[in-house]
Amino acid sequence: MKAKYISQAWLVILLSLSFAGTLAGVDVWLAPRIEANKLAATIGKIGTLVSGADNAVSARYKPVEVEVGQGKFKTTYEAFWAMDKSGKPLGWVIKASGQGFADKIELLIGVDAECRTITGLSILSQKETPGLGNKIEEGNEGKPGFLTQFRHGLRADEPLTATTSTPDKGSNMIGAVSGATISSRSVCNIVNDAMSKQLRTALVDALKKGPTSRPVQKE
Amino acid sequence: MALDGPTPLERFINGILPENPTYRQVLGMCPTLAVTNGMKEAMTMAGAVAFTLICANIVTSLIRGLLKPHLRILVFTLTIAAFVTVADRVLAAFMFEMSGKLGPYIPLIIVNCIIICRCEVCAAKQGVLAATADAVGQSIGFTLGLSSIAIVREIIGNGSLFGFTIIPEAYWPRWGIMLLPPGAFITLGLLMGGFNLLSARSAKKKKAVA
Repeated sequence: MKAKYISQAWLVILLSLSFAGTLAGVDVWLAPRIEANKLAATIGKIGTLVSGADNAVSARYKPVEVEVGQGKFKTTYEAFWAMDKSGKPLGWVIKASGQGFADKIELLIGVDAECRTITGLSILSQKETPGLGNKIEEGNEGKPGFLTQFRHGLRADEPLTATTSTPDKGSNMIGAVSGATISSRSVCNIVNDAMSKQLRTALVDALKKGPTSRPVQKE
Repeated sequence: MALDGPTPLERFINGILPENPTYRQVLGMCPTLAVTNGMKEAMTMAGAVAFTLICANIVTSLIRGLLKPHLRILVFTLTIAAFVTVADRVLAAFMFEMSGKLGPYIPLIIVNCIIICRCEVCAAKQGVLAATADAVGQSIGFTLGLSSIAIVREIIGNGSLFGFTIIPEAYWPRWGIMLLPPGAFITLGLLMGGFNLLSARSAKKKKAVA
């Protein structure tokens, strides 16, 4: 019986293996380029996430890497310096990712220098449902939208919650995109996981020490 | 080996207008409605679909003798998914901004009915030459379909073409709705109506001549 299944499926198995090999090859070839593109996109957003920050100055400093969690749950976060023109640190832009409704969501969180307030949020990549879940990207280009809510001084030391009703003023509640509660909740969870005490303390310490002025990118 | 079926040239010509994927087969409506608010987006999508369609048709045609009837859809999907992933990665590496704009619509090519339809109708039954000609013809047809809608929407909605302003805002107030989903439905409906009207008229003329 088993042999029959294999004899029927050999083509599928063979194709799967050869396609997997091809895709791995493509990834080896293109992954560094895609990473470089993402880095440039990240740096380009620093100024919009921490007000007053200068992208070109911020790009001169090496991002701080912080390990959070233990054992299996260990995650490394990358935090970019947000500097003003004179090189004074104004805050951080933290890269975080987690599971969304459809696929991984990658986002950038802007926080102030003391890691007390969230100053902005931006989505780097997402593959949520078009027309519903992908609205989590809206609200950063001067138009109101889901992300606008993250610019109103949410507290970084308290977890965010997504609600389907109107969020209370001054609370750490976020109004979910209608029809996309799971995507909205995923964004809040990614932010909550990232804004752990461990990361906040590490960043405050790193700020006291000052930045390492090694360039992020080679010219 | 299937001996019957249209010749490669017939396959190629059919794909462009007589069996146009957008206006005749009404397939691939998701990208047709979603990414036609600008010519740049529409052309990138058309290119990605063309790449996937041509590669998937060639591979399917090459292995058509080995296909088991009940496993063929699985094989098609596997083949299509592999090429779509390649297209997605290439876009992310070389056209990063556009890749972000198209977002989930590139991975969604996997479920684009045009490709699976061509694998089933043509590539699984005919030789490599016919399958390639068919894929190229259908790709041109799809490109025409997408660009016809995108031209209308971008000019009326934004006064521009390929991102370059061609009608200054002083002469043409921007119809914002044309860039939004309703604009896609309105444009597609009107163009399809026009296409049907024209083909009905030419059919009538042919009848009258006969």
